[in-house]
Amino acid sequence: MKPAPFEYYAPHSLDQALELIRGYADDAKILAGGQSLVPAMNFRVVQPSVLVDINRVPELSYIRGDGDVLRIGAMTRERQLEFDLLIAKRTPLLAEALPFIAHPQIRNRGTIGGSLVNADPAAELPVLMLALNARLKASKVSGERWMEARDFFVGMFTTALEPDEMLVEIELPAMPTRTGWSFMEVAPRAGDYAMMGVAALITLDEKGNCMQAKLVYLNAGDGPVDAQNAASLLQGERLGDALIESSAKLASESEINPFGNIHASVDYQRHLAKVLTQRGLRQAVQRAEGTLQ
Amino acid sequence: MNQTLPITVTVNKKVYQREVEPRLLLSDFLRHDLGLTGTHVGCEHGVCGACTILFDGESARSCLMFAVQADGHSITTVEGLTKDKDNLHSLQQAFWEAHGLQCGYCTPGILMTLVPFLEQNPDPTEDEIRHALSGNLCRCTGYQHIVDAVKLAVEKMR
Repeated sequence: MKPAPFEYYAPHSLDQALELIRGYADDAKILAGGQSLVPAMNFRVVQPSVLVDINRVPELSYIRGDGDVLRIGAMTRERQLEFDLLIAKRTPLLAEALPFIAHPQIRNRGTIGGSLVNADPAAELPVLMLALNARLKASKVSGERWMEARDFFVGMFTTALEPDEMLVEIELPAMPTRTGWSFMEVAPRAGDYAMMGVAALITLDEKGNCMQAKLVYLNAGDGPVDAQNAASLLQGERLGDALIESSAKLASESEINPFGNIHASVDYQRHLAKVLTQRGLRQAVQRAEGTLQ
Repeated sequence: MNQTLPITVTVNKKVYQREVEPRLLLSDFLRHDLGLTGTHVGCEHGVCGACTILFDGESARSCLMFAVQADGHSITTVEGLTKDKDNLHSLQQAFWEAHGLQCGYCTPGILMTLVPFLEQNPDPTEDEIRHALSGNLCRCTGYQHIVDAVKLAVEKMR
C-alpha cells in the first residue's frame, strides 16, 4: 500500500498556503495532521495530484483566550488541546472528550482543523463544535468568512468550504455559568471509532430548572446530529428521571438516523443512544447542580 | 521523472541527508533508505501501531507521515533505545525477562509507545497500562505478558 505520486509543497506562511490552494483548488489536498488523509492516500482512495503541507505554517497553531471566547488555530494538535488549562477551565466538555479521540500516538499528530474539515460523522470534534456553538473561520486569498459550526457540516465527509478556502481558526465561547456537561461513547475497543456517542450540555437557572439543553450525537447520521426536539423537551423543566427518559427516547427513536455497520446494527445503535443519553443527561444535571451551591 | 526533494533528518542522534520522493512514507524511508528495519510495518493505515516511532520526542505512526515531513526534525526508532544488546533499555530488559514478546512483530511499536508513556506516568496502574497499549495490536494476543513486562519495567525504572 503506497500513495500515488503527487507534487509536494510545504509553504511557510498562511499567505503562501492560500496562494497554492487557489492555484490548484480541486487538484490539491491540504495535509494537516494526516491521520485520516494519509491512510486514505495509502489505500489510494484519495489521489491528490498536489499536496500542500501546512505543518510548517507556525501561525496556524495556537490556543488563546480573547475576552469571552477561546481562539484555536486550525493546526493545533489534539494532544495540545487535551492538556490545555484554558480549555479545561472554559470548555470542560471538550477537555473531557479529547482522550476519546483515537490514541495518544494519533492525537500527537492529529489537528482540530484537520478533523473538522474531514467531517467524519463518527468523529468526536465535529460533535463537540456543534455542542459548544463554535464558529469557524475560513480564509482564501481574497478574504475570509465566519461560519457557525451547524452550517459548516453539510454532509458525509463534506463541509461548506469552497475548494480555494482553508479552515484557519476555531472560535469557542466559554460554557455558560451553571452548565453541566457530559461526553460518553461506546467503542468496540478503546480508541476505535465509536458505535455511538453523545455530548450533553445542561444549563440551569438559579432555581435549578433547565434553561438550556443540548444533545449532539456521533455516528448517528451523515454528520454530527443535533437532537433539538429532545433538548427542547427539557427546557424550563426540573430534570428528573422520567423526563430524562422521555428525552432519550425521543432522540434515540426519532431524531438520530444511524446507518449500522459490522460492529453494531441500527437497533443496537439506537439502544446505545438511549442509554448513553440517559447517563449523559444525569451526569450533566448533577454537574450543573453542583455549581448552584 | 517524479519530483524528489532533499531532506536532512536526525535519526537516533545521527544526521542523514537523502533525496526522497514526496510520496515515500516515513516508515519506508527508515527501513529502506536508512536500513533501520527495527521499525515494523503492519497495517499501513494507522491501526496496528507496529511502526510507532518518536517524532521530536513524541510517539507517532511513521506510516502516516511522509519522509519529507521529517526534514529538519529528530526521530528515535527502536534502534535508538540502546547502543548494544548487552546494555538493553530497562523496558527492553523487562520485556526479555517477563516474556513480553512472542513473535516480536509488535514489540518495537509497543516499546516506542511506552517510552514516552512511562516518562509521563512513571507509576501507572494496570488499567492505565492496558489503556496505553490500546493503540498497539499484538497478533499473538500475548497481552498478559506484555502487561507483566511493563509492570516489571516500572519496578526497574523506579
